Amino acid sequence: MLAKEIERAGVPTVFVTSLPTIATMVGANRIVRGPAITHPFGLGEADRRRIVDRALEMLETDVEPTTVWEVDPA
Amino acid sequence: MRAVHYLNQFFAGLGGEEAAETPPTRLEGPVGPGRGLAAELRGIEIVATLACGDDYFGEHEEDALARLIELLEAERPGLLIAGPAFGSGRYGFACARFSRTASDRLGIPALAAMHEENPGVGSAEGTLLVPTAVNVAGMREALPRMARLAEALVSGRELGPPDQEGYLPRGFRRNRMAEKSGAERAVDLLLDKIAGETRTEVAGGFDRVPPPAAVPDLSRALLALVTEAGCVPQGNPDRLPTIRAQGWLRYELGGVQTLASGEYESVHGGFDVTLANEDPNRLVPLDTVTALAADGRIGRVHDVFYTTTGNGTPVASATRFGREIAAELRDAGVEAVLLSGT
Repeated sequence: MLAKEIERAGVPTVFVTSLPTIATMVGANRIVRGPAITHPFGLGEADRRRIVDRALEMLETDVEPTTVWEVDPA
Repeated sequence: MRAVHYLNQFFAGLGGEEAAETPPTRLEGPVGPGRGLAAELRGIEIVATLACGDDYFGEHEEDALARLIELLEAERPGLLIAGPAFGSGRYGFACARFSRTASDRLGIPALAAMHEENPGVGSAEGTLLVPTAVNVAGMREALPRMARLAEALVSGRELGPPDQEGYLPRGFRRNRMAEKSGAERAVDLLLDKIAGETRTEVAGGFDRVPPPAAVPDLSRALLALVTEAGCVPQGNPDRLPTIRAQGWLRYELGGVQTLASGEYESVHGGFDVTLANEDPNRLVPLDTVTALAADGRIGRVHDVFYTTTGNGTPVASATRFGREIAAELRDAGVEAVLLSGT
């Protein structure tokens, strides 16, 4: 809901979550699937960097509504 | 039980569109549809009718609400009933806003009635709404339904689900024990669908927002971090709730480059925070984005982060948090947001 409302205000927002189904249901548009509920940005710095890179790439991309991107495994 | 009834200028008999600029007015006892409603109500008496012109309300919302609240409070009612507004947008909006405000400011239970696609539904924010037909032809069905829900609302018992009690779904979910397993209920739904009746257990009604265009140049953009993972300074100084948060918090980062363990923690009550508290960057990747800003990949990182607990939060609350945070971000010139949820 936060993602949707911030995007409604015109600010591109990537939602990193391990539950993209719920994010899709409520209408978030830019979704990156994180590895786990307890650590959506991974455990180590390398994982975190890959997830953040993917999220930044999505901010730089025009997307269709409720798009979900995966992060390539290391 | 004393109740007050709200009507627009037309149903209060003050006039049609030419009287739509009428400011809030008090009328004695039930008026117009209020008489039919009064005949249906058991144990509830309509002591006064408040009326306001639809245009006046729409154009002077704050003044109209302030005056209506003043008039309402003077009646010392136990209940406010508004409408039915049917498909009338301005009237429905006034009914929803007045009901919501009466509950918020005075703690008076309130309900309104209108067609499910009345624009007022969108501003009801959790107010109980009785669905009606799209026009006044539905008056006869609407009044008994409003009376039954009014009686239930003041009875002190917990309200059942929307389809049993006769109100529009508000987007709340409650856990309950079902007699049949999920598999059995799914098969029942499928058989009903084949037989021509489509039902669902999942509340719908989420609107869609078109995605804003991509950030044109991230290397010049101001990026903000927002989280619903309950991340706060160590010790939770502002007491962010672990579940059902009523609001959100903003914290200055003060130029720090990382959310260090021992200085930040998560108080989210919906997951095990052990791994997050070992390294809060696992929830809010401040260390990574500040490094990327130093490398020039991102213009700047906003020196404030926003946080709430996304756990058992009603849709209406989450929507409000989002709107409020969005307004601050926009005012700060933020061009991109990284939001984390769990």
